Parts: sequence; C-alpha cells; structure tokens
Amino acid sequence: MTRLIAVRLLFGVLTLWAVSVVVFAATQALPGDAAQLILGRDATPERLEALRDQLNLHQPVAVQYTQWLQGLLQGDLGTSFSNRQPVSEYLESPLGNSLVLMGLAALVATPVSLLIGAFSALRRDRGFDHTASLGTLVLASVPEFVVGILLILALGPGGANLFPSVYSREGGPEQWILPALTLALAVAPPIVRMMRATMIEVLESEYVQQARLKGLDERVVLWRHAAPNAIGPVAQVIALQLAWLAGGVVAVEFLFNIPGIGKVLMDGIANRDVPLIQAVVLLIAGIYILVNLLADVIGLAANPKVRVSGNRPSAPGSATAKDRGEDGAAGTPADAPKAKDVRR
Amino acid sequence: MTRNEHTVLEVDDLTVIGRPSAVEIISDVSITVRRGEILGLVGESGSGKTTLGLSLLAHCKRATEIVRGHVEVGGKDLASLSEQQVRQLRGRAVAYIPQSPASALNPALRLRTQLGEALHDDTLPRAKVLDRVREVLREVALPDDDRFLNRYPHQLSGGQQQRVAIAMAFVGRPELIVLDEPTTGLDVTTQAHVLETIRRMTREYGTAGVYISHDMAVVADLADEIAVMYRGELVERGRTDAVLAEPGHEYTRRLLSAVPLLRTEGHEEAEEPEEAPLLRISGLAAGYGRTQVLEGIDVSVSRGECVALLGESGSGKTTLSRSVAGLHHQFTGEALFDGEPLARSSYRRTAEQRRRVQYVFQNPYEALNPRKRVRDQILGPYRHLMGRPQDPDAVVAEALERAALPAAYADRFPEQLSGGERQRVCIARAVATKPDLMVCDEITSALDVSVQAEIVTLLRNLQDEGMALLFVTHNIALVSNIAQRVAVLNKGRIVEYGPVGRVMSEPRHEYTRALIADTPDFQPSFATAE
Amino acid sequence: MSGPMTDPKVEKVAKTAKRRPGLFRTAWGFGRTKVGTVLAGIIVLVAVAGPFVAPYEPTEFVAMPYETGVGGTVFGGDNLGRDVLTRFLWGGWTLLLLAASAAGIGVAVGTVVGIVAGYRRGWLDDVLMRFNDVLLAFPQLIAALLVMSIIGPKVWLIVAVIAVSHVPRVARVIREATRKVIEQDFVKAAEAIGLPRWRIMAVEILPNVTSPLLVELGLRLTYSIGVVAVLGFLGMGLQPPTADWGLMINETRQGMAVQPWPVVLPVTAIAVLTIGANLITDGLSRAAIGIDRGVEK
Repeated sequence: MTRLIAVRLLFGVLTLWAVSVVVFAATQALPGDAAQLILGRDATPERLEALRDQLNLHQPVAVQYTQWLQGLLQGDLGTSFSNRQPVSEYLESPLGNSLVLMGLAALVATPVSLLIGAFSALRRDRGFDHTASLGTLVLASVPEFVVGILLILALGPGGANLFPSVYSREGGPEQWILPALTLALAVAPPIVRMMRATMIEVLESEYVQQARLKGLDERVVLWRHAAPNAIGPVAQVIALQLAWLAGGVVAVEFLFNIPGIGKVLMDGIANRDVPLIQAVVLLIAGIYILVNLLADVIGLAANPKVRVSGNRPSAPGSATAKDRGEDGAAGTPADAPKAKDVRR
Repeated sequence: MTRNEHTVLEVDDLTVIGRPSAVEIISDVSITVRRGEILGLVGESGSGKTTLGLSLLAHCKRATEIVRGHVEVGGKDLASLSEQQVRQLRGRAVAYIPQSPASALNPALRLRTQLGEALHDDTLPRAKVLDRVREVLREVALPDDDRFLNRYPHQLSGGQQQRVAIAMAFVGRPELIVLDEPTTGLDVTTQAHVLETIRRMTREYGTAGVYISHDMAVVADLADEIAVMYRGELVERGRTDAVLAEPGHEYTRRLLSAVPLLRTEGHEEAEEPEEAPLLRISGLAAGYGRTQVLEGIDVSVSRGECVALLGESGSGKTTLSRSVAGLHHQFTGEALFDGEPLARSSYRRTAEQRRRVQYVFQNPYEALNPRKRVRDQILGPYRHLMGRPQDPDAVVAEALERAALPAAYADRFPEQLSGGERQRVCIARAVATKPDLMVCDEITSALDVSVQAEIVTLLRNLQDEGMALLFVTHNIALVSNIAQRVAVLNKGRIVEYGPVGRVMSEPRHEYTRALIADTPDFQPSFATAE
Repeated sequence: MSGPMTDPKVEKVAKTAKRRPGLFRTAWGFGRTKVGTVLAGIIVLVAVAGPFVAPYEPTEFVAMPYETGVGGTVFGGDNLGRDVLTRFLWGGWTLLLLAASAAGIGVAVGTVVGIVAGYRRGWLDDVLMRFNDVLLAFPQLIAALLVMSIIGPKVWLIVAVIAVSHVPRVARVIREATRKVIEQDFVKAAEAIGLPRWRIMAVEILPNVTSPLLVELGLRLTYSIGVVAVLGFLGMGLQPPTADWGLMINETRQGMAVQPWPVVLPVTAIAVLTIGANLITDGLSRAAIGIDRGVEK
C-alpha cells in the first residue's frame, strides 16, 4: 500500500511539473514579450532593452524556465505587472477569501448531500427518491453562474431582498450566504448521486443479504456491513468535488464580486498581468491535483484488498492472477461504481 | 411422508410471485425435511430453486412476494413471526450457505467479526463466542488460531471461503440449513472435500439440510430425498433411490439421462496414433510474463480423432488450447499442423492455417457479437478466410444445418437465442470454413445439463464426418464419453496421456486416480436398465 | 448418455423471437426523456428560428439604456438601448453551434483514443492515459481561461479548447467500455481468424460501445453549453457587439435590479436547454444500464 501511495505521489509531482511547463509555455506564446507588456506600447527601446536584461529575456528559453521554476520552489511567484507588488504577497488575502468561500460550501454541501443520498437509497423508487433524483439532475445540468443569477433574482435585491448580491468591504457575514449557497448547490448533486448509487449497490450485495440471513439487527447490517464498503467510493467523490471547487469559484466570485483568487484571475486577465495569471492558474491546478491525490489515497486506504495486501498468505497463485487482471482498477473495488465517472 | 416429531421443515403450497408482473416464480410447492436428512432440490437455471431456498428463511428478493402457502421451520410458522422473531430464528433455527462465498463474505470485515456475529446472542460473553467459533473452524478443518481469525475473506482460497461460509452457518447450531449450490466454481477435488464436510456436519449436528443444485450427480450422491423443480413447479419428489430407479416425470428422466456417466470400462480399443498426425505439439512451454503456466507439453491429434485435455481450473488447459489457436503468443516449443509449423500469433499464420483450425469458446453468451445477425456472424470469418461466397445463403444454411439449427435462424440476433442455440451458432461459425481441427474450450460448461448432452451429440456427429477435435474440459465424465485419447493436465504438466479406455480403467498417475475417486458416483439404475 | 433430445416441449421454453427494443426506443419510454426533448426542442427552435423572426437588427438602438416599457419592444432595451428580444433571439445559435461542434469533436477524438488505448493495451495505452491524466489536471474552465487570456478570445479557439478538455474524459469512459467488450470472446474469435486490428476496432468494438458513447455525447453537450455560456459570461467568449446569451448576461447584469429581462431571458434559456439536454442524457443512460443488465451472463 505504501508503494502504491508513493507511486501516486510521484505521479502527482510529475503532473504538477507538467502543468508548470504548460503554464510557462503559454506565456511564451504571447504576442510581443513581457517587457513590452509591462511598459506598454509607447515605451522607448532603451527602457525595453533594460527591462529585458532585468527579466533575463535574452537567455535561452530553457534557462528562463529553470530560473522561473527555481523561484517558484522558493515561493517567489514573481512581481505583478500592474501593481508592482510581489505576487505571493498580493495573493494572500484573496486566497483567504476563496478558502473561506470553498470551506463554507463544502461544510454545507457534504453532510446534506450524504443524508439525502443515503435516504434516497433507503427509500428507493419512492416519492422522496424521485424528487431528489430529479432535483440533483436539474442542479447538475445548470452552469453554476446560472444558479447564482437565479438565486440573486429570487432572494437578492431584485426579488425577496433577503441577502445582498454584491460583496462589499463593509458588508456583514450575510453577504457570504448567496455565493456559498451557489457553490454548495453546484457541488452537491454528484455527491448525492454517488451516495445513493453506492448505498444501493452495497445494500443489494450478497454480503449484506447474507448478513440479514444471519439474523443480524438491521442497524448492525447498516453500520457494520454496509457502511464500511460505501465509504471508499463516496469519500473519493467528495474529494473530487472539493477539487472541482478550486476551479468553480472563478465564475461565482466574478458574479458576486468577491475578492478571491478567481476575481484576481479575471482582473489579471483583463490587465494582461502575466505573473498573476500564472500564479493563480498554478495555485488552482495545485489544489486540484493535491485533492485528487487525496481522493486516490482515500480510495486505496478504504479498500481492505489493497490495505492488507502485504501479508498475503495462502493461494499465492490465484491471488496474483487476480491482481494482474485488475491492474488499473486496484484503487476502487471492482464492483463499486467508479468515483471518477461522476465528475464533469 | 407424514408429519411427525422428526420433521424440521414443512412447506405447504408455497407460491411466490414477482412484482409488478405478478408472474408466479414458484407455484404451489410443498416439501418436508426430517432431522438429519438432506433434501436435494434439483433444477436448471431459472427454475425457481433459489427463490424457494430464500423463502425458507422468510426472505424475499427485491420485487418478489409470497402470496400463498406457508413455511414451518421447527414447528414455527414463518408468516406468523414478527420481524424481531424472524431475526431470532435466522442463524439459530435456520441458516443459509450461499452460492458464491467470494461475494457473500463481507470484504471489509475480518473473519473473527463475521463468524462471531453469526451467533448473535448478546448474553454470551465474548470469550464463549470465540471458543465456539474456534470449535466450528476446527470441525470444518480450518485453522483456528488468531492469525487466521484476523484475515479478510480475500486472503483465502475459494475452498477455504466456502468452508468459512459453512462454519458460519453451523456456529448457531441450526436445525435446518439451506445450501444454495455451494460447490459451483470449485474444482472436483475441492468439491469432494466440501461435500464431505457438509455430509459430516449435518450428521453430527442432526441438522436437516436443503441442498439446492443443478447437478444431479452431486445430489444423487449426497441427498436422502430428491425434489425436482421445473419452471417454478415441483414435478417430482421422492427418496433418492426410488427417483433414480424409477423417475416418475418426463423431465426428471431427461435430467437423469443427460448427466454424463463416468465410464471406466467398455471403451473401444483406441487406434495407434498416426505417423504424421494432424496436429503435433512437442516440448511446448508457455506462460504470462514471468509466470510459467505450462511446461514440457507433448500432445498430438490425428485426423478425425477427439483428444481431450482434462484439467482443473489453473491447470493451464485454456492456455494450451489458446496457444494452438494463435491467441496466446508467449510459448516456446514446436506446434506442427499437417507438417507445417504454426506461427505463435494467428496474425502470422497463413489464411489456410487459420481456416483449418477453428476455435469454439467456453461462454456462448460472450462469444457472439451482440450487434450482428447470425448470418453475419457466420459469413464474417468465411469472407475473411475464403473470399466472397458465390451463394452466401447456401453457406449459412449449410453451416446452420451442420450445427443442427434451422436455416431460419440466420436472421436472428444473439439475444434472440437460448444459451444452447448460441453455442450451436458458434459451432456453425466454426464449421462454415470447413476446418480440419476444432478446438473446443469447455464449450459445455456454461450450459444446463440437458443442453450439454445435445452439444456433445452434435460434436460426435461432426467427428463422424471426419473432423478432429481438441476437447478441453474439467469434466472427467464427459471425457470418458467423447474422447478417444486423453491428456490429463495438472499444474501445467501432462501427468497422464493415453487412450481413454486405458486411462479410465487403470489410471497410472495418482492425480488421475484422485480425480476419478472424487467424481460423484452416479449410476441411476433407470439409465443402466435402459 | 442418451441420444439427442427429441421432446421439443421442454427445451424450447424461454425462446424470445422478438428483439429487445434498441437504446433510443427504450430511452423514449422514460417520461423524463420526453420532457427533456420538449424542453431542449423549444430552446433549439428559439435559437435557430430566432434570427428570422427578430423585430430589429441586433445592433440597432431602439431605446434608452436599461429602459423598459418602450413602445415597439416587448422586453425593453439593454445596457446600450438595443432591443432585448432581438438580441435574445439572435444570441442562441452561436452558443448552440459552438457547444455542438466542441462536443462533437471532443467525443469523436476521445472515442478513437479510448478504443485504441483500451484495445491495444501496452505502451500505447500507458502513454495515452498518462497524457490524459496531465490534461485532466486542469479544471476545464481554468484551462480555457488560460488559453483565452494568452491568445485572445477567438471562435475556433473556444471550440478547440473545450473539445480538447473533453477528450481525456471521454477517452477514459470509452476505454473502460472497450475493456469490457474485449474481455468477451467474440473479439478473440475475430483475432483467431486474423481479422485486421483496425477492422476489429471498427466492426467488433465500436458498435458495442455505442450506448456509453451516446450517453457521453449528451453529457459533453450539456457541459459544452455550460462552458461556452460561462466563457461568455466572464467576457472571454464571443466579443461585443455579437449577440450571445452568455455575453448578454455579462453586459447587462449591472442593471439587473432595474431591467432584469436581458439577464432573465438568456439565463432561463440556458437553464432550460441544459436541463433538457441532461434529461435526455439521463434517459439514454438509464436505457443503456437496462440494456446492459438485460444481457444474461
């Protein structure tokens, strides 16, 4: 198991590296160069030359990349073009805001989705299940900014006027409600569906039937026999959803004007502030990869077949043959719904 | 069979229907079982035997419902019990041993937990429960130490898993035990051990047993009484000897006569192998990656001869047959077909070689492309190997006829065919190109017994027309009926190779002797009298 | 062992002479598919026929900015005083076209990659799938924004970026489906007679992965609509003065409190369209699951 996790970790690092190459390469595709961008159209050739020297733009691309990467590893994300502030400093407060928003959304969405999903599974094919299934289907299809606008129209100043729709520095905690709710609604449907599907799969499994035929109490059946087998796939989906939040905040922050990393990204794009764009994209991709990695590890840890594979006793022949057949699927139990298929 | 104090189970006019279609899954079934006796419940797939078995524990699968009749276990009417009482009853009065322990044992729980909870008696101290668990484990010949108890199900072999399931059922000393095909998927030797355990345990505990199976031979060997189910109805019921000697119902007769008998004598004298056989394999070794599966294989098949490859799962028999067909590439050694060497990959063989060696697969449900009509299934290989036919309809019709199917089947899709018919289409597809050698990989094992018998008859006819067969199977009784020569494979080596008559009557290798001994004795007096 | 069975009564029992209904027919049996088709159909009709029935030119000024209740207009004017209804009627077809081409290209390429990776295994599979994983490391929207911000919002680029971001997701699903298909022996049977690999992929595998393929197509279409709309909303999609639903929301949301129509109309249309598309997809996937379960194993 340690080996499997180490492999995933290594792969995560590799992916991060690949992302950094792509992000760096993207800036190379810019029309004109960074010096031109910083100084604008009417800069004198001398000042341009000086800045190019300062930015090492005369060096070969590979050297530039290495220097940039070195800076990254030391936490130096460069200097913002538009306000001449180190990017890492500039990002501190927006990152905090975004994390608060994501945290609120996750805190609301996860327990509620799990309850709805589990309840749907237990009440399968009855009224509640149908309503929940239709509701998640509708929510899953509509883009999050549309959900946000509809919420504003209904509950914001234009409608019931319960909550403010635009962030302001002086505003109270109630201004977080609509954006957090929007994100929560966007994140919830896959968790609900996965919880329902996994619970049904587990409840209909032969081992749960066998547990019932043994005459066990229904509570014991649910908590001892069903729950441990449902945790893995569901936890994976939750982690994947949290990872999705990293990208999902952009449109929501833009809509509600919240000064988070998404808003910074959009501002950076408007100002063509390349170091800022690079930093935010790397940050978001980093969070995304990290949480995905976490999802993989959870998936591995929740599967006893992987967890205790170290001390495989009898019948080594059959066991290895089985492993060979399963190869890629080692992370998730073969019979459980695949977590990754749920996410867009 | 009148009711007395020895009766443990009594089922009266039980009817279960499916929802929402209201189709009767089982109709008006009545059975009784006495203490210490085993009732064999026989039927083919879809006969409702599992539904009946589950209803004995007051359990209905999703979307099924008991509408009539009643079940009495140990004098208690199941219908009259509350949910709480049913739970009390399960595991104590009546226990269930599932078909596939691999999926019925919870993968996330240690054996200690799963075995201990089967007792579900909160008044017992933990140590007592553990003592009882260890005791039962010893009785089913499994280790009882802590290391074993701490294992997860996936760390056990198939046979061990089934023993754990048996132990789990006996922990609570039930009066009745329901066994749902508990030996499916186990090889003969393991099956013999498991059956022996079941027999011993029911005798020692004085438990009544209901043994559900499709295998008449096993039931005849194990049961005191036989009940035959057919399409949800009980068509025959009686003492085992009586049923075997004088089956009352037509269906029972068919079932009995379809079971291949292990013939240990009366074989024709086999001819000496030809000088230049059709297929000669010498010194073949094969494997997957670094794992060696086969070693030192020498087999030959003469023209018009049927050679059987007999082995249990994992013996390497399928690897060998796939090597012959060019589907398994990792082998060394020589394979000569009609004097010419066969390339390892089918893609490097000549079209003529590919035409003359055809392969029929084990599972007919997976061997036909579900999106093609029978006609195209047959014409596809023909076109590819022999070119565009002059009269495609005639080619299809002839192939179907040789596989004993009406020509009208050409327009059907696989989903419109039964399992036996699908396998016939597979055979038709193979014979369409007029091959000289047909490799048959366990082609009857996915089919019900009665269908199995028909396929074997078909193969015999093909052989009479001059086709050579390489018949791969785990069923020694089948071998004794169809093959002229047999190669017994054990752990990747041929341990015995010779004419069927000689191998069956005087097996030289210990492994072959064990195989013959472990195969259930089945000699229905009715069949031999016929 | 006895001779051949002659009694046809017992053997020919559960013979089904009728073919099971196909994917579309099964899917149509679900109420949600019908509802979805109606919903999506209405919006597609609006988007396609809209430009022909629009009362004004999309760039014509007919009112004061954010003015409502103007004679000759139904929903008033937008942020610049252009007719809201006209811009709404003009703004759908670009969205549909972009989303449909992105989904189509993405699914087509993803299917090829998925089938080849699933069937050929070995190093090719490894390379394709590792490459996939790197692509997957970017959230779809962030990847699009990065590229747009660098190269600038161009129509072909929008399609390309969204299509590329679909490829790894489709490829993974189709690869799984392919793996399931090639485990079945009919593929082995084709190999045994030496059928060329490309024909095996085209004739034996492709027809057997159509169910997941159609489901994927529906799913990707829904997401494409979402991404195109979000890009427009963020101002990184089609540029002014084009009439585009996403862009309309971006341009007029500041005045939402006074003049909600230029936001409400496109938002409702996008919502109804995506819900409709997803309802159809759900119907298809339910039908596909049902058909897969129906296969006796």
